Amino acid sequence: MKTKTTKRDHSHWMFLAPYIVLFTTFIIIPVGAAILLSFTYFNAIETPTFIGLSNYVGLITQDEVFMQKVLPNTLTFALIVGPGGYILSFILAWALAQVPKRMRTVLALIIYSPSMTAGVAMAVVWTIIFSGDETGYLNSLLLTIGVLLEPIQWLQSPEYLMKIMIFVTLWGSMGVGFLAMLSGVLNINTEIYEAGYIDGINNRFQEIIYITIPSMKPQMLFGAVMAVVGTFQAGAIGVALSGANPTPQYAGQLMVNHLEDYGFIRYEMGYAAAISVVLLIVVYAFSKVAWRLFGEKD
Amino acid sequence: MSAFQGTKMNPSKFHKSQLKFLAFLIPLAIFMALPIVYIFFHAFKPIDELFAYPPRFFVDKPTFQNFVDLFTKTNDTGVPMSRFLFNSVVVTLIVVVLTVIISTMAGYALSKKNFKMKKAIFEINTLALMFVPAAVAIPRYLLIDELGLINTFLVHILPLLAMPIGLFLVKQFIDQIPDELLEAARLDGASDFQIFVRIIVPLVKPAIATIAILSFQLVWNSIESSSLYVNDEGLKTFSFYMSTLTSTVDGNNVAGQGLAAAASLIMFIPNLVIFIILQSQVMNTMAHSGIK
Repeated sequence: MKTKTTKRDHSHWMFLAPYIVLFTTFIIIPVGAAILLSFTYFNAIETPTFIGLSNYVGLITQDEVFMQKVLPNTLTFALIVGPGGYILSFILAWALAQVPKRMRTVLALIIYSPSMTAGVAMAVVWTIIFSGDETGYLNSLLLTIGVLLEPIQWLQSPEYLMKIMIFVTLWGSMGVGFLAMLSGVLNINTEIYEAGYIDGINNRFQEIIYITIPSMKPQMLFGAVMAVVGTFQAGAIGVALSGANPTPQYAGQLMVNHLEDYGFIRYEMGYAAAISVVLLIVVYAFSKVAWRLFGEKD
Repeated sequence: MSAFQGTKMNPSKFHKSQLKFLAFLIPLAIFMALPIVYIFFHAFKPIDELFAYPPRFFVDKPTFQNFVDLFTKTNDTGVPMSRFLFNSVVVTLIVVVLTVIISTMAGYALSKKNFKMKKAIFEINTLALMFVPAAVAIPRYLLIDELGLINTFLVHILPLLAMPIGLFLVKQFIDQIPDELLEAARLDGASDFQIFVRIIVPLVKPAIATIAILSFQLVWNSIESSSLYVNDEGLKTFSFYMSTLTSTVDGNNVAGQGLAAAASLIMFIPNLVIFIILQSQVMNTMAHSGIK
């Protein structure tokens, strides 16, 4: 019935053209080029020379920093911040849906606000709070109440840097995924709950598992994808906090930082491209899991 | 409504059963807000308070000096600060408007039109959701160089316009609009373009508002284009300038601290304003939009 399109109807290309042109130019081609470059030696000055899989072999067998620090760091960071931020977003969205509109709007705004300041502006605040001498807020506070006897170099110490990175990222992770979930919870028709109770649901927990989450699958999926992508993009935080790439003793070094280190500091572009391909594969794998869990099957 | 007491989702008025949620939400919100509140106070602190020991959270004698300094300061090559701010505002406006138009148009075609490549295009777009810009920074640089975009104003704009997440979101929304509605409009003689403007756009406002917020944050906070693709100081953006203030200035540089504090407030305010303007749209339920 709706396939009434005549032969001359190509209007969809008119609607799609701008997106496709830009998408191909700035996303598809660079990704393709990154894959090609990853098989070459390229120092950004001479033409790339083909060296096969050497970059990958080197990355896996010889790059101790990558295997011992960067990869474990990235996985730890991703596994805590990704699911952690995601679950937190859902709980907050769900709790917010239980209060009246005006109050909800104000609270949602405040909870969302950290993710608005993402990146640059935030590093300023956190570096002052975690500053290494006694003028740092945290040090000052802990010294005053007597927990510490001398200030701790929070951001330069390998022991604390990662924990602080996780904390700061979680704090700023109530972003668009959180908003989508909030609108998802609010969108559920209350009659469904009513029907659920008639069918034998008898507590809040069952209500969440059997009704709330299944009824907002698209928003849950959107939130999950945003969480995965956001987590792997959060590389800037460690460098911004510690003020150095590489971070002190590679304590907060994530794949994105490793990539920048090789690409823009050492100019080993081929090697950096190989890291980026590995990063794409890792992100893809994580997103696949998210699709499995929340994707609509059609 | 009915006497049904099982759930109290989306309540219309306050009831004491909500206290347990507030007991959890309010302290958390206060905690989340602390650094933001801090940005506000910090920006208005005179120099002696910025370095007071023990450090103070609140400001005693607020001053606009930091802002005055920030705006009268020119950077090393003589470019005034206001120039960076102007660049940022223009770039951001253009990117947000164009991103919204481009994604909504593409979303409409992918959702309501039938053609061969439809599935494949959406599939590729979904894959691209996972694309981490930093991962392909190098080939992107080479490509932008090839296109002759280095050191142009366009380089701030073009690479940010295709937003896979925006297309994904808007397409999902348009999927929920019943085909019958469009059929009816077509029978009434509406052209494709009219259907798009009169029916699709008004019905997917929440998705549009979400993309607008997302793309605003992306471009306003972005320093990538200024640091990688632009050497001409006069073409750089405010967020980049802001990042140089925080990275080159160490903690003890007295003048730099005040500037950085004022600059972070200026970075933050537009985000807040945009969100407040658009939030009612974002949280708007589909029930209001007449789809359900």
